[in-house]
Amino acid sequence: MSLTTVLSRQNATQDTQSISSSATKALGWAALVGFAILVVLAFAWVPADTRITDQGDVVGQFDAVRLMFVHVPSAILAYTGFGITFLASLGYLRWRTDWWDIMAASAAEIGVIFGVLTLVTGSIWGRPTWQTWWEWGDVRLVTTLVMVLVFIGYLAVRRIPANAAVKARRSVVIALVGAANIVIVNRSVDWWENRTLHQQSTLLARKIRDETLFTLTFAFVVGATLFGWLLLHRFRVGYLERQITEQEVQKAIAERQAESAAHDTGSLTQASNPTGQIQPQSKTSP
Amino acid sequence: MLREMRLVALKDLRIETRVRVGITQILPFALAVLVLFAFALDTDQQALRTYAPGLFWVTVLLAALLAIGRSFAVDLADGITDRLLLSGIEPQAAFFGKAAAIAIQLVVLEVLLGFGVVLLFDVTVYRYGLLVSAGLVAALGLAAAGTLYGALVAGLGVRESLLPLLVLPVTAPVLIGATRAFQDAFGVAGAQGWAWLGLLVGFAAIYGVFGALSYGILLEEA
Amino acid sequence: MRQAVRLRAAVTLLGRFPALAGVDLDIDPGEVVVVKGQNGAGKTTLLRLCAGLCSLASGSGEILGHDLSTQRRQVRQRVALMGHTTGLYDDLTVAENVAFWGGAVGATSQEMHSALETLELSGRLVNLRAGNLSSGQRRRASFATLLVRRPELWLLDEPHAGLDHRSRNIVNNLVQSAAQAGATVMMASHELECMQTLQPRVVSLAGGMLTTQPAGIQPAGIQPAGIQPVTTQPVTVQPIPTHPTKEAGTHVA
Repeated sequence: MSLTTVLSRQNATQDTQSISSSATKALGWAALVGFAILVVLAFAWVPADTRITDQGDVVGQFDAVRLMFVHVPSAILAYTGFGITFLASLGYLRWRTDWWDIMAASAAEIGVIFGVLTLVTGSIWGRPTWQTWWEWGDVRLVTTLVMVLVFIGYLAVRRIPANAAVKARRSVVIALVGAANIVIVNRSVDWWENRTLHQQSTLLARKIRDETLFTLTFAFVVGATLFGWLLLHRFRVGYLERQITEQEVQKAIAERQAESAAHDTGSLTQASNPTGQIQPQSKTSP
Repeated sequence: MLREMRLVALKDLRIETRVRVGITQILPFALAVLVLFAFALDTDQQALRTYAPGLFWVTVLLAALLAIGRSFAVDLADGITDRLLLSGIEPQAAFFGKAAAIAIQLVVLEVLLGFGVVLLFDVTVYRYGLLVSAGLVAALGLAAAGTLYGALVAGLGVRESLLPLLVLPVTAPVLIGATRAFQDAFGVAGAQGWAWLGLLVGFAAIYGVFGALSYGILLEEA
Repeated sequence: MRQAVRLRAAVTLLGRFPALAGVDLDIDPGEVVVVKGQNGAGKTTLLRLCAGLCSLASGSGEILGHDLSTQRRQVRQRVALMGHTTGLYDDLTVAENVAFWGGAVGATSQEMHSALETLELSGRLVNLRAGNLSSGQRRRASFATLLVRRPELWLLDEPHAGLDHRSRNIVNNLVQSAAQAGATVMMASHELECMQTLQPRVVSLAGGMLTTQPAGIQPAGIQPAGIQPVTTQPVTVQPIPTHPTKEAGTHVA
């Protein structure tokens, strides 16, 4: 998505007073229908993971492999969310506009949702296949956990009421340092005990059945659609929140100026405001 | 810059030597944690010896949270926050000065706590060089990360609970690295202590740079 | 010459509350200006804005030639703000406090010494911990930590509050000599009678804006005493009442 399309979308949201549009509704329906199809594909179409060894034993992950269709896309989308937060934080540092701040916040929230989903499904999947709920030596597990914790902290800081600019700057620092931290944690866990249980890129090695591969790809598409839908909506909620705040502030300024005028016995109120940039406004409802 | 840094660090240390929160409250707290670990792990001397490095660093981490909170609490009284913004002290100097003062307190704490571990957990030290360097560098890293997050939450009503949430996940690499280095130094595990020291150096360097850069952003406006 | 303070339609928000709702103010270098107004009029916020501690939500401002939107750090270094707090470390002595705040701006020990003397802090007091001072002494010590900064703009919020007669004189002398040395002074105060000798220009603030004061309706019995040169800006230029009366206070509030 190029910067210009992003910016034109920003203008589009200014016109609408709703968090949805026909485009996002279509996106939402697509995600919903896609998910329904995914459920059918994952449970009915894809066979259970079984292999017969040379000795004639039946091995494999059996039905547990179906968790892959939730786990793998949500892991990638969680990292995508945190990646967007990181980039949007850099964007805020450079351009200092609300747009980047709201984008960073929205992506972080969705990233945390997908991150938690990744950890939970991974843990459930790990029990039958690795015989453990959790493996401390696994780099990806520990890195993802720490990352989710860092961004939970990020959201906690965002919840603290403060001037929008102050909040935005605090958040930028946590997001950027947090991103650097993820790299450090990843490296240190890797050195600490590199005994990863994760399978190495089965996708690229083509060791995967065609049905499974198709369903996994489809799951990516559905997940990405859901992600986009959530992000657009969350962004618009944030954007409208700012607009309401701005309207409230304008109203408060008008009231305060009226208060000042009431104190002013003379007729020189206008003269005290020669630039005329802020005039008492008519009290329209927000 | 160096002069301002010294000014900030000496101010913090002077106040600390007057009030002695570290010696009279944080150190006893840390010792109490060590004793609790001994209770929790039963009286199994072997287990205590094996886990001594990890227990030591968890204790240091918890005590560091208190020291960081205390260091920023000093600057919150009676409008001092505003005066610091107005003082003209460079943000980088403020960051390094504060981090240096915290690091010095942490080193003192580590030394005293180290005696505690040797006495209580019956640990023998084999590699003093590694022990001392890991202790120093880990203190620098913890101080740098702690100062960054301490400044971030300073003045917020919820800082007591927010600081641990922010600091503990990011200091996980220090815990891993310093624990491994100490395992090597205590001879309880064949870890490559000096390689882990490298990780600690990297952590301290990264947080030093990030902290110095972020401090300016954080202090930009009130 | 450039104004020391130049605000145009300055709006400052505290949270969502517009503490300042469009202030236009010009102060020339070397001027002494008193801002008066009821509680909640925005006096403290105005001073903090001029110190570079609050941000402009809209409008523009320049302090000592530095833009308030982009050069706040430069502004902060050149002003002294005396708020309701003292900015003293309780566990440091008076001398150590002065040395710290002075050291931050590179003041010499001679300057620190003379700052302490100006505020009549000497002998035993200097080596007392700030936490053990009386509130009046604390305020004087706080002034000393500001004096060593050699500020070009003094921003004083109720500088006389809680001070005895002698301390008030000390503060007035400080302001006077600062103004004589070319510094600009802006203070928020209710107690105009304390400052007759300073002959300040008075502006009044209400509802987060400066209010104009038509000439015709001044209370009777007030003699103009020392009107400062009128600037071109439409701010109140009001003489100090020689015999302050209750009417004089309520009338502009």
